[in-house]
Formats: sequence, structure tokens, C-alpha cells
Amino acid sequence: MPVADLLPELVVLIGAVFIILFAAFTPERMQPVAAVIALLVLALATALSVAQYGGVERLTFSGVWALDRGAVAGKILILVAGAVAVALSPRWMAGDRRHGEYYGLVLFSLLGAIMLVSATDTMELVIGLLLSSAASYPLVAFHRSWAPALEAGMKYYLMGALANSLFVIGVVLLFGLTGATGYPEITRQLSQNADPLVTIVALSFIFLGLAFKLGAFPIHTWMPDVAQGAPAPIAALLTVAPKIAAAIALARFVHILPDTLAWPWVIAMLAAVTMTVGNLAALWQDDLRRLLGWSAVSQSGYALVAITVVGAADSAVPSLLVFLAAYGLANLAAFATVVHLRGRTALEHYRGLMGIRPWSALVVIVAFLSFVGIPPLVGFFGKLMVFKAGIEGGFTWLVIVAIANTVLSLFYYLRVISIMVFRHPGAEVACLGRAPGLIAMTAGLLVIVLGLWAEGLIHPVEGIELLPELTHLLNTRGQS
Amino acid sequence: MILTATLALPLVGALVLIFAGSWRENQIRLFATTVAVLPLLLLIWAWLLFDPNGAMFQLVEEYEWVPSLGMGFRLGVDGIALAVATMSALLFAGAAAYPVETKGMARQYYAWLLFLETVSLGVFLSLDLLLFYVFFDLNLVGMYFLIARWGHGRPEYSALKFFLYTLLGSLALLLAIIALYLAADPHTFDMRELIAQQPLAGMAPAAGLVLLGFVVGFAIKTPLVPFHTWLPQAHVDAPAPASAILAGVLLKMGTYGLIRIPYSMMEETFAQYALWLAILAVISILYGALVALGQGDMKRRIAYTSINHMGYTVLGIAVAGALLEGSEAARSLALTGAAIEMVAHGLITGSLFLIAGSFWSRGQSYDMDIYGGLGSKAPKLTGMTALAAFASLGLPGLAGFVAEFHIFVGTFGVYPWLAAIGLLGILITAALFLQMLQRLFFGKLPAQWSGFADLHRSELSVLLILLLLVVVIGVAPGFLIDVVEQSARWLVGGG
Repeated sequence: MPVADLLPELVVLIGAVFIILFAAFTPERMQPVAAVIALLVLALATALSVAQYGGVERLTFSGVWALDRGAVAGKILILVAGAVAVALSPRWMAGDRRHGEYYGLVLFSLLGAIMLVSATDTMELVIGLLLSSAASYPLVAFHRSWAPALEAGMKYYLMGALANSLFVIGVVLLFGLTGATGYPEITRQLSQNADPLVTIVALSFIFLGLAFKLGAFPIHTWMPDVAQGAPAPIAALLTVAPKIAAAIALARFVHILPDTLAWPWVIAMLAAVTMTVGNLAALWQDDLRRLLGWSAVSQSGYALVAITVVGAADSAVPSLLVFLAAYGLANLAAFATVVHLRGRTALEHYRGLMGIRPWSALVVIVAFLSFVGIPPLVGFFGKLMVFKAGIEGGFTWLVIVAIANTVLSLFYYLRVISIMVFRHPGAEVACLGRAPGLIAMTAGLLVIVLGLWAEGLIHPVEGIELLPELTHLLNTRGQS
Repeated sequence: MILTATLALPLVGALVLIFAGSWRENQIRLFATTVAVLPLLLLIWAWLLFDPNGAMFQLVEEYEWVPSLGMGFRLGVDGIALAVATMSALLFAGAAAYPVETKGMARQYYAWLLFLETVSLGVFLSLDLLLFYVFFDLNLVGMYFLIARWGHGRPEYSALKFFLYTLLGSLALLLAIIALYLAADPHTFDMRELIAQQPLAGMAPAAGLVLLGFVVGFAIKTPLVPFHTWLPQAHVDAPAPASAILAGVLLKMGTYGLIRIPYSMMEETFAQYALWLAILAVISILYGALVALGQGDMKRRIAYTSINHMGYTVLGIAVAGALLEGSEAARSLALTGAAIEMVAHGLITGSLFLIAGSFWSRGQSYDMDIYGGLGSKAPKLTGMTALAAFASLGLPGLAGFVAEFHIFVGTFGVYPWLAAIGLLGILITAALFLQMLQRLFFGKLPAQWSGFADLHRSELSVLLILLLLVVVIGVAPGFLIDVVEQSARWLVGGG
């Protein structure tokens, strides 16, 4: 077995187990050390992933595991996002005396996410999805004596349980239909007169499961609750990492579906509805974290635009990756600021922030303008590439919907900005240590720098295609 | 390096202001004005280096930026771009020098103004489609903060409306840009390449839609009726120098963009739909003039005359692009006129908005009815306003006349009946400006204005420079026409 292909995953797994044991057997004052261990583990895993980048693209482990640039890039993004969330946590969790296992759970959740990006087998997909979900539920409700956290955890769990079970049913149906769990075989079987009704049900359920992770319609409603109720670093994590994972997993899954299925239209409809619903719900939010949650939903919609054209435009996967990186960065910047400001969430409490904490306010403004896609921030290049891929793939109408939504979204982002900038300041603003502030500043700066130097982001992902190669499948299909 | 320096200097100035310590307000203004003058000097230098008989684009600078996307930091000018950019730089210097209430945040105000100068000039100097878009979009951010923070009335509402509405236009533009980019082979944002390739030639229905994207995008910016509704509100609530920039510089981006992109890069499709654009322009001319006549608020009135004047410009552009060959002389005249109109309108309307700002700082109102009889009280103000108003209504010997004369002569050569209808607009404009002068400066002086101060030195000097240039262009337009005309011929001759 080519165990070396799994090094990053193994490191995260071993690290997670180690942290759980460490937390159980060390005294309270040593608990924060778990954060350091988690960071080291993530740094090592990221380094190992970077080393994998640009290697020979192949399916490994009997074809259930893709080792291509798309997967590795996704892994790097997820691990870095995880590291940021971990780095934000120690001060936030300081009030919780025994919280070492928190970091273990974070690592398990990340492990599930990085499994999703590589999976080329539906069973693999199931494991990734369940692991990522199961580890995230307790994280959301980690402030167990605070009602909103419990409510968010409960909603997240119920919705997740529903989505995951439907997903498993979908996988089982697909297995019954095709007799296979591996992607190549599924493609071959699906293109040979599969029962349309069962196919539709199976695919719908699988889409639904991934839509849950992605935070996309129709199973997106956990997003604002988690953004509001979860510990803020976890909110940062869960609005970014599973989204990246699910987007890549979904892209990989749909690109093996035969042309005879009209899946692009299904994804396109999901995209249109997701962004519209997210934006409409965000319009009048008076709570910044909920607003960020809804905005995260709408951003899933834009990501779905790129997934829609995965089969039709060469630039679809690169644009998806650039978009996800840009979104993740800006979102982490925004949430890091929220953490830095001790999780203050009512919009009212952000009055006049520009006057009191100009740098924090600036980070939020930059992140929001990047969400809108104002050039030359990094979000602009994400959206530009997604729009480009959408038009290239023949879905111009969807891009027009996305543009209308962008204008819509500007409204609520500007609402926050105008409250921060043009109102008179309220009371003094309490902050949470220096580290979260520093992280927020760095992320905010990167939003600008990676915009000005977009080449650094775009060039590495140029020409990425996901495995398994469809052309190859089509050829074998001809023979069989 | 000249063009890069032109863009870099104001930006550096803005950064200095952000990190500056506790400077006094007039020090800050002096600093900002000095920095704002530098691009003007550089552009004048560029003007001297510019060879009207040389290549179409000159002073070209090119650096890689995002080669994966075919995007570069490409700058360069033709005659039209040079003329409009120089006028813009002058207006920025004037706007920085003009006294304004900064609400105790002078550093931020002038920093935004300088930022806006960089991104505005960037629009005119770009030779890269995506770079053009970057600057085009960043204008919105700069103007949003200037209006929302330093405006009056309902500034946040107006600024929000401005941002939302014009972002819609920007995104329509982005869509069209992407389509043009995808049609080019190899994919590139290089304007020269796209002009040479005419990537959408012969792709009838798709090209029409792309043109629609460009026209909607630029029509919102220009603005053309019926996309104009953001404009009056934004103007009324903006601080005077921002208004002057909005009218003088930002609106030009719409018309300049029309020339630079759809006109140059998709001649065939543009010609096909030019008549419709011309009709839209004539509607703007008449509608803008008529609605302006009905306004009792002087700033709204000036704002609507902008719609009217930009209508002339678009008419000139539409006429110039109406045919692929034939009537070169008339079309070249029309395009030259459109370019001169951009310069003239920038100077004239910029001055008028600055004057409106002087009224606000004295009376806290733009309502013409509460003023009156100021002619004897404030002779300098009266003189400047009268000069600007006459220039705006197209009095011979002033810049507006030169421009409109060119445009209408050209239009008569191509669409005579549209020219005839459009001329009515000039009549109405004459009426509305004369009436405005009458209501402000003649009649009985209301008692409350017995202490009305005439223009201060700093106000007067800015207006004098701007309006002097209006007179110079009116009397001896040769220097401007020389630079613009050759570019117009290039464009008309199927460049």
C-alpha cells in the first residue's frame, strides 16, 4: 500500500488522537499546550501537502483516492484555514478550563474535510462527510452553558443528521444501480441505460448531502446559526473549511456524471437560488455574525456557478479554487476581527468602530469589499474567474443572476460599513489579546496583497483538471 | 515613466496624509493641492511630448501583472485620452484648492480626494481592459466615501444609491469585457490588440448583446436617460468639490469608455446600432434640458444640464461610429466635437458646481428662490457665474460652442433630422441658464443676504483658471483640436 500518499492525512489523524489523549491526562493549566501541538501538526501536514503539489497526478489506493493538484490545493487551503482557526482559539477558550479536546475535535473535523477533497469513491465520500460532521457538532455547542450555542449545535446536528442519512441512502441507491462505489465504474454504468428514476433520487440525495457541507440551498439554514452561536473561531472554521471541501468534492463528483444527465441545470438552479436566498436573508440582518453566515451562504452560490460548468469550461476548476481561496481569506479576516472584538455581534455595537479601532474596522471593510468583488482585492479575481468560466461554459444567464446578486449584496455590506464609519462611537470596545488582532490584520493585508499579486494565486492552479480523467473514461466507455 | 508617475504621485500623497501626524487644516490643504498639481504638470509635459502625427497610442508603458489572465499594467494615451486626462488633473487640482467644510477630518477628506485622482486618471490612461475596469470600479469606492462622509442632506442614502446603481453599470461592463476577452484569440485584455483584432466582428446576435452590456454600463455612468436617476440625488448631497469631480471627471468615463471600447473594438456592431444610441442621446439632450428648466434647486439644475451636455457628447460619438466608411469628414468632426465637449463640460460644469458650493457655504441652501439681487453685493461671484453659464449654454467664443458646433455640423452630415431635433436642446439650455442668472443675481436683495460675502481669493483664483481656459479654448481652440483631431481621424478611418 502506498502509505506515503496519505502522509498529510496520517499526520492529522495521529495528531488528533494524540491531542485527545494529551488533554485527558494533563492538568488544567497545561490544556492550552494542545493548541501549540495542533498548530505544529497542521504546519507539518501543510508542508507535506505542499510537497505533494505538482507531483505525478494519479489515483491511488486502488483508485479510491485522487492525488491531483485540485485535491492538494484544496487540502492546503483547508489546513491553512484550520491553522488560522486554531491560532484564534486559545484566548477565546481561556475561560473554559478543560478544553484540550477542542483542538482534537478541530483536527478530526479537518481530517474529514481533507478526505472529501481527495475522495474518488462514494464510500470514501461518506466517511469524509460523516467524520467532518460528527467532529463539528460538539465544537459548535462547545459553550455548553450558553443557550444560543446549544441551539446552534442542536440545529446543526439535526440538519446534519438528516442530510448525512439521505446522503448515505443516495450512495446506497447508486451502488444498487451501478454495482460500484468507485467513480470510474459509476460513470460507465450510469451511461448505460441506468434507471432514470433511481438515478435522479440517488443523485439528489448525494447533492443534498454535499449541499449541507457547502451551506447551499436547500439545506443551508444551519449556517447563520452556527456563525452566531458557535465559538467565533469555530464559526470561522465551519464557514470556510467544509465549504472548500464540499465544493471540490461536488466538482469531482459531477464531472464524472455522463452528459446524458442534465446535472448542470440542477446545479445552476441550486446556485441561483442559494445566492439569492443568502443575500435576501442578509439584507436586514442586525447581527453581524448572522450576516456573515448568510453572506457565506450566498458565496456558496457563486462557488456553485463554477461547479455548474465543470464539464463545459476548462477554467472551471481553477476558477473554483481561486474563488474559494479568496472567499476563505476574506471570511477568516472578518471572523478574526470578530474574535478580536470578543465576539461582539449586534450591529449596533459596531457603531463608530472606525473612530475607536480603525484597524479592526478597516479589516472588516476590506473583507467586505473583497466579498463584493471590488478590484484589486483578491475577491475580485475570484469572481472574475468564476464569471469568466460561467460565460465560457455557456451559462451567461447564471452569471447575470450572480451580478444582480452582487449588487444586492453590496447593500448589506455597505450597511455595516456605514454603521462602522459614519456613526458616532458608542461605548469603549473591549478586545481579546493581541494574537487575534494580529491575525485579522495579516489576513486583511493578504486580501489586498494577493489581489495586487493575483498571479501568485492564479498561476499555480492554472490548467488544473480533476481526476479521474473523463476523456479516459469516455474512451473505455466506447469499448465496453 | 511619465504616466506611471502621474498615477503614483497622488496615491503616495494620500498615503502620506493617512499616516501624517496632526497637521493643521490649511497645511493639509496646501499639501493636497501641491500633490494634486503634480499630475497636471506631468500631463502637460506629456502633452508637449505627444506627436499628433505619430502613432495612435503614445507614451506607452507596459509591465506584466497577471500574465495568466493576459492582464498587464499597460498605460498609454491617444489625443482624446490625453486631453480628457489633462482636463481631469486640472479639475482635481482646482477641487483640492477650493475651500470646503471638512467636518474636522481634513486628512481623510484630502486623502480620499487624492486617491480618487489616481483612480480617475487611471481610467483615462489605461491601455488594458481589466486595468481600466479596476480603476473604473475603484472610483465608486472613493466617491462613495466622499459623498457619504462629507455630504449634506441625506448623504448616506445618496451615496448608497450612487454606489449600488453605478456598481450595476460596472458589472454589466465587466460581463461585456469578459465576453470580449473570451472572443479574442489569444485571450488578452490588451486594448491595442483588441482594437486590431475586432474579436466579435461577424458574430451578429452575440456581439449585439455584448454591445448592450457596454452601452448599459457606460450609459449608467454617463448618464443617459433613462439610466440617470442616481445622478441628481448624488450631486445635490455631495460636497461641492466632489460634485465638480463627479460631473467633470466621473461622467467622462462613460463617454470616454464608449469611444475607447465598443466604438474602437467592435466597429461593425457599433455602426449597426449607432442610430439607436444617437436617438437615446437626443432624448437625453431634450429631457435633460427640459427637466433642468423645471428645477428650483440650482445644483439639481446644473446636474440635469450635465445630462443634456453628455447627450451632445454621446450624439457625437454615435454619429462618428454610424458608418464603417463614407462621410469621413463629418464623422471626424463629430468625434472631435465629442472629445472637446468632454473637456469643455468638465471645465464649465466643474466651475458651476464649485460656484454652487460657494452658495452653500454662504447660505446653506441651493434653493434659487431664497437668493436674488446678489449682482451688486457680490460682483465677482456674479461675473464668474455668468461666464460659466454663458459657456455652458454654448455662447460663441467660449469652449462649449466650439464643441457643440463640431458635433452638430458632423451630425448634420449623417443624421440631419436628429441634429435638427437636438438643436432644440441648446435653446432650452439658453433659457434655463439665463433664468438662473436672473433669479440669483437680479431683482431685490432679500434682507438676510445683506452680509453676503463675495468670492474669496482662493475661490476666485480656482474659478479664474478654469474659466480662463474655457475662454482660451473658445477663442483659440487650435492647440486642443490638433491633439484630438488626429486621433479622431484614426478612429473614424477604421483605425
